[in-house]
Parts: sequence; C-alpha cells; structure tokens
Amino acid sequence: MLTRLGPALAILLLAGPILAGLAGTLLPAFGYLPALGGTSLSLDAFRQLAAEPGIGRSVMLSLGVGLAATAASVSVVALFLAGWSGTRTFTRLQHLISPLLSVPHAAAAFGLAFLIAPSGMIARLISPELTGWDQPPDLQIVNDPLGLSLAAGLIVKEIPFLLLVSLAALQQASPAPRAALVASLGYGRVAGFLFGTWPAIYRQVRLAVFAVLAFSTSVVDVAAILGPTSPATLSVRLVGWMGDPDLAMRFLASAGAVLQLAVTALALALWIGVERAASMSRDMVCEMGTRFRRDGAARVGGLGAMALAAALVFAGLATLALWSVAGLWQFPETLPREFTLRTWMDVLPRVGGPLATTLIVAAAATTIAVAVAILHLSRASRGGRLGGGPGLAIVYLPLLVPQASFLFGLQLLFLLSGFEASMPALVFAHLVFVLPYVFLSLSDPWRAYDRRYDAIAAGLGKSRLRTLFSVRLPILTRPILVAAAVGFAVSIGQYLPTLLIAGGRLPTITTEAVALASGGNRRVIGVYAFLQMLLPVIGFAIATLVPALLWRRFRALRV
Amino acid sequence: MTEKGLMLDRVMIALGGRQLLSITHAIAPGEVLTVMGPSGSGKSTLLAYVGGFLDPAFEGSGAVRVDGRDITRLPAEARHAGLLFQDALLFPHMTVRGNVAFALPPGIGGRASRRARAEEALAGVGLEGFGERDPDTLSGGQKARVALARTLVSAPCMLLLDEPFSRLDAELRQQMRELVFAKAKASGLPVILVTHDEADAQAAGGAVVRIGS
Repeated sequence: MLTRLGPALAILLLAGPILAGLAGTLLPAFGYLPALGGTSLSLDAFRQLAAEPGIGRSVMLSLGVGLAATAASVSVVALFLAGWSGTRTFTRLQHLISPLLSVPHAAAAFGLAFLIAPSGMIARLISPELTGWDQPPDLQIVNDPLGLSLAAGLIVKEIPFLLLVSLAALQQASPAPRAALVASLGYGRVAGFLFGTWPAIYRQVRLAVFAVLAFSTSVVDVAAILGPTSPATLSVRLVGWMGDPDLAMRFLASAGAVLQLAVTALALALWIGVERAASMSRDMVCEMGTRFRRDGAARVGGLGAMALAAALVFAGLATLALWSVAGLWQFPETLPREFTLRTWMDVLPRVGGPLATTLIVAAAATTIAVAVAILHLSRASRGGRLGGGPGLAIVYLPLLVPQASFLFGLQLLFLLSGFEASMPALVFAHLVFVLPYVFLSLSDPWRAYDRRYDAIAAGLGKSRLRTLFSVRLPILTRPILVAAAVGFAVSIGQYLPTLLIAGGRLPTITTEAVALASGGNRRVIGVYAFLQMLLPVIGFAIATLVPALLWRRFRALRV
Repeated sequence: MTEKGLMLDRVMIALGGRQLLSITHAIAPGEVLTVMGPSGSGKSTLLAYVGGFLDPAFEGSGAVRVDGRDITRLPAEARHAGLLFQDALLFPHMTVRGNVAFALPPGIGGRASRRARAEEALAGVGLEGFGERDPDTLSGGQKARVALARTLVSAPCMLLLDEPFSRLDAELRQQMRELVFAKAKASGLPVILVTHDEADAQAAGGAVVRIGS
C-alpha cells in the first residue's frame, strides 16, 4: 500500500533537509569546504566572527527581542483567555483575530512601520493639533536601536498564532467545569483560570511557544523591516554575509549560522528557566490561598492588549492599501490629497514574474504537503496510534531550528549538486515549512473523523482506497481545503528560503517587498505588501467557497 | 463438517494482557446472539473482531467461520459484515439513494437498474420517494431505517449490531427492533447484537451471553 510510505516520507521531508542543511552549515563553519579550498578543520571562521564589530550587541539584540516578544505574546494570550474565555466578547474578538494568522509577517511589519513611523499614520492623526508637528519629528521609532518596534511587530503577529493553538487546547481542557470549580472555591476569574486551567493548556501549546521563541530570535524579514540597523540583529547580519559576492565570506556566514543556532538554543534554555520560575511562583501564590477577587484591571488589561494588537495589524494593513493608491500626501495631512492608480499601473507590469513564481511555488508545495499529510495521517490512524509525542516533535522540528542555520547549508548542498535556483529546489525548501502547518491544521479534524464510517464502508465490501476516496476525503473536504489554505499562506510568506535557495534568480512577491524596505518608497511597498496580504485571503476564500458550492445540497457538510 | 451460519470458535479478546471476553458460540442463519455487558466491558470489541476492524491495541484470537469458511484472516472488506451502530452514520455527502446505491454489490450493472434496486430497498423500509433527500434532513427513525436498507442491499453474510436502538425513543425503538429482526430472519442472516438493554435481548429472542460483570 502507498500509505505505508506516508510516515517515512513525512519524516524524510521534515528531518532530512534540516539534518543535511545543518551538516552543510557546520562543516564550512569549522573550515571544511573543499570547493572553496577549505580542506582542514579550523576555528578561523569563529575568530573572524568574534572580531566582527558589534557582534556581541547583535547577539544580545536577537536574544533579548526574542525572549521579550515571546514573553509578551504568551502573557497577553494567557491574560485574555483568563479574563474572557467563554464570554461573547471573547468569541467576537476571536473571529476578528483568526484571519490575522494568514497575513504574512512582512506585510504586517510594513503595516506597523507605516503606522508608527514619525511620518506614519498615527503621527498624522494627532498632528499638528496635539503635537504641534508640521514636519515629521526627528525620532527613530522604526529601526530603533533597542529593537522595541521589532518586538512589537513580532508580538502582533505571534498573538493570533498562540491564541489559535491555545483555543484548540482549551476545548480539550473542559474549561467550563474547571472554571465553575475554582469559582466555587471563591477565586476570581483571572486567578482561577491561571491556577486551574492555564497549566493544562500551556502543557499542550508548549511546542508552539518554543516555535515562536525560535522564530523570534532568528527572524530575518521582520528584522530587516523594523529592526535596528547599527548593528542589526544577528540573523540579518548573517544573511548579509551569505549574500556577499566574496565567496570567502561563506566561512564567516557559516560560523554566524552556527552562532545563531547557539543563540536560539540559549534562548530556549533561558525560557525553560522562565517556565520553572513562573510555575514555582504560581505554586507559592497558590499556597497562600489569596483569592484575587478584584481582578477588573487585569481583565481590562488583557482585553485591551489583545484588541490593541489586532487593531495595529488591521490599521497597518489599511494604511498600506491607502499608500498604494495615494497621490500627493504631505505630512501632516491625514489622507492623501488625491487618489490614483498610477503606482499600480507602474508596478503591475513588473509584478507578473514574481507573482507567477509565488503562485506556482505555493500551489506545488501545498499540493505535495496535503498529499503527504493525508498519506501519513491515514497510516497513523490505521495503526491506532495518534501520532502524538515524538511524532509531534518531528512535525515541529522545522519550526524549532532557526531557518538561517540550516537553509544556508541546504543552499550550499543544492549549489554543489547543481540543483540551486531551480523551481523544484524552491518548492522543496518551501515544503519544509509548509508541511508542519498543513499537518498541524489537518490532524485534529482528521482525528475527529468518525472511524465507524470506515468500518461501515468495509462491511459494504469497499476497499481501503475506495473508502478513502469515496467516504473519508469527501467528508473532510472542508478541513483539507482549510489546511491547504494555511499551507498556501505559509508559502506566500516565506522570505529566507526563497532568498537563499533561489539566490535572487526566482524573486517572489515577498522577497521583492522586503527588498524594497530600505528604499522607502511607500507607494510601491504598499502595492507589494497589499498583494502579499491579498493572496492568502484568496486562498481562504476558495477554501470556504468550494465546499459550500460542492456540498450545497448537503446540510451537514455546509456548516 | 459444514456448519450453517456464524461460528465463534474460542474467540478471546484481551487488552494489555487482561482478558476482556472469551466466547464460543454458533449462530444459525436468522438467529440472534445477544451479548450483554456494562459499558467499558469490551463488548463492542467482539463486533470489531468479527467484522475485521479491531483496534491494534487489542489482542484477539480464535476463529470466526461463516458457513464453515474461516474468515479470521480476511480483511474487513472481504468479510461482508453488515454493521449498524447507535448512530445511523449515513454518508453526509450522498443523497439517501446515493447511500443505498453505494452499498449495492458491484455485480449489479447499469445505472438505471442500480437506481431501481436502491428505490426498492428504500420502499422495503417504508421510505418510498425519499431517494433524493439530504440524509441530514431526515428524522432519527428515518435515518435508522435508511441505515438498515443500506446494510441489507450490500448482501451481507451476517449482521453486527452495536446498540443500534439505544438512540431511538421508546415507540420507535420497538418498531425498529421488529423491523431489523424480521429482515434478518427473512434474509437468513446470523446476527450478533451488543446491548445493555434487557428489552433488546428479549425482543431478539435468542441466546444471551453476559460478559464483564
């Protein structure tokens, strides 16, 4: 049976590129790269790395911003769940926030930059009345040296992700009886939730939190848009070395990639320490028995932070759209004086190629990922094992290892095998990141499927393959398409894999948009970022419309 | 020796080394064996073992024979076990007739004749003219009857019933019992009924085995 290949194929696709890529990074870092004359092991590259100006500060920035962004995102999600889960406000805000998951990081980062910059939307709204500014103030808000705006850009994008994974865990934690129990003991809502329900949720979303931390310490595109510049975060600098035309820089870049791996590992270790400290202090507070009945401020704080995060992304996206059609728009005017499609007209002829690459790669990677996920899940469910535990860790592996640390090695391997900058290589690189999200999105509905349908079909004499195609897949049409839309959105948003594996020869909407960041032409950036945000939306629209049309006669499948 | 009907020959099912049930019983065509036990006693695993879809977490042993033919090693799709569960489990993406036609053996050729056979089967359970309906729009009792029609047209060798009446209200339940047992008798099918309802056992009228007390 074909499905026998499922698990092996999935593990190969997830772990194979990472292990091969890490090897391709580690060897040159220690001086071994025969193609460039490195035939003996040495620590020269690390010495060179240590001598780079400001390298210590770059490391501290990566570490600090990553930990701060993760801690803030987790706290906001925990506080919001604690104060509001089970209320109607919660449901409403949840529906508002869910679509934000599909917004590519770069688009959200540009949106935030357009809002908070000295000449940005917020300054325009309050100027000159409140500030007296007739000129944009000389403040470094975006690209600030402490990385605060970078942290903000990460927080607003990680909150929707953490909220959605927590919601899945929340449903399994039977929150209502727990809430009733702690309330009957006299605890306030927030304290009751944090003491009684949150530990169970956190245990389930821990890998997702680790993934957020690994991402935040090693992100490139958001850091290139919002992050500090002198020096930049480690990840941004090392991608700069990777792109250096001087091939000797590859040794330095490899050493930087190894350092990135160490920084992310250190961040994870520190985070585990934070977890310990948090649970110990929670236990101490629990033992004191304080009830924390007056938690109004905490509830309002949780709701406010959550709403602010969502509002910043939405307002940012609206500002992007506005810039893409803006004519003359001087500071401090709130709206452009005129609207024009000129930017779109100018840019569109150049967009065709990148747009086609984006769509082809996303469609191919998504199709393969959905097929592999279905093969793997049908095998896993037949074996009666639910693929938790180690299986889940492997699915998360590409999200836990910093992209730069293994993509660089992978690029080198592709280069040596003459496979680089080709469409298949790019699809393969995207697949590594699309597959985990497709898996995570599809596995819950797949498990929720009532397997008695399969027993009945078998009793009717249908083969397993026939049952899969005539019964299980049709019933799961909607979750499969949603998983595909998630995968599609993930592929659209990929920056580093596209940049490194395609070596600039296969630009996508995302790489073009990020490349525009330093130029600062807001109108053109507006067009690219708008397109970047539009594509995932189209994907989700298709995932909603197709089942509705296909199953319009069948009520049970419409909702 | 040719025996008629369904033979359970020293069938044993265990979970993690702990034996859940052990049974040897012959069920003649048209007869019902009722297996009773509290929930969690593993009585449904007997149906899974006979039907060929036992979860690998359980260990099953012993032979299952149909009309003297050993089916223990056959895959589920070759055993022709008609299944009825608590829920009707009509395929939600097919019409009522589509559900029944899906179950018809492949040998019956021709679109028109398959349609006619499906309509006939629906008429046989009192649902004439329901063919074009969306299964989700039917009442609980109607769904249960479609499920029965679907099972019967697949020309099963036996019926495996897993508390199929427990979700129906009292009056429907009695009707459904009579209908199912009458059809089984008419088609000469051996039946295993798993239940915790004494009234089911009485209506079935056959042997009763109690497990896991």
